[in-house]
Amino acid sequence: MMRMLLWRGMLAGLVGAFVAATFALLFAEPNIEAAIALEAHSAMHAAAGHEEIVSRGVQKTWGLYTALGLYGTALGGMLAILFAAMYGRVARCGPRSLALLLALAAFVIVVLVPGLKYPPTPPAVGLHDTLRLRTAAYFAMLALSIASATAALWSYHRLGARYSGPDRLMMAAGLYVALVALGQLLLPVIDEVTAEFPASLLWQFRLTSIGTQAVFWLVSGDLFGRTVERLIRDQAVQRARG
Amino acid sequence: MNGNTAAFGHDFLPIGAGRHIPLAEIVPWAIFGTVVALILLYFVSTEQGALAFFHGTYVHEYVHDGRHLLGFPCH
Repeated sequence: MMRMLLWRGMLAGLVGAFVAATFALLFAEPNIEAAIALEAHSAMHAAAGHEEIVSRGVQKTWGLYTALGLYGTALGGMLAILFAAMYGRVARCGPRSLALLLALAAFVIVVLVPGLKYPPTPPAVGLHDTLRLRTAAYFAMLALSIASATAALWSYHRLGARYSGPDRLMMAAGLYVALVALGQLLLPVIDEVTAEFPASLLWQFRLTSIGTQAVFWLVSGDLFGRTVERLIRDQAVQRARG
Repeated sequence: MNGNTAAFGHDFLPIGAGRHIPLAEIVPWAIFGTVVALILLYFVSTEQGALAFFHGTYVHEYVHDGRHLLGFPCH
């Protein structure tokens, strides 16, 4: 069973990544091109003599699809493992609902909440000297968000006997928000957007970047839910026939 | 699914009837899958950025656009 779930998770992730990469190619790439054009114009980067190792044509097609494909396959597999651990055990809902809920939760926990503190930045924004700090801070934020969500889920189940469903939901969500807010207060502030960088381009880049990941999670989660629902139904029918 | 089914209902499934997958079956896949996924994600997100196992910038340049769009700190 686990083997079949993992196959479906990875395939759903790969297909979701393909759709997301196509979305990115159409809607996000023009913003990246515009940001790179600005970078090329700025005297500071021109002086550095940036030689091109991978051409823009390869970066925005093969590179983009490869990066998203690896990301999608890996996270699709993780989605399948989480689904297997939770289905019928933690989550009392059907397979499609659980798959969609997990995908929505992943989008909020992995994309939106870390993005509130450290939003995606286009090329030409970000100092080379702070890369290590920014990377460490970003992954700390990601880990904090995942750990807080785990704590919230655990508290939701611990409170089971004493409170009603909506109360538990409010308390668990409140715990997640409180932990994340506290962490975001303690983590370093990083703001390297220069005054010259166009605000509208920054907004468009971030919108399409988050949109790309929303497309990925929506398509992967729905596809995974559909295929797994069929798998579980077929097995239930087989069991019923003896 | 007929018209009487709730939006989140599944009429074919006895939910919570002990039909979950045993943890012993999940754990080996979970450990192996997590390790492989972390390695893949490392190369997409961080290699030749803040950390580098290989010299040069080819990996960084190749996954460049994806790294920016997925929100990882790039250059």
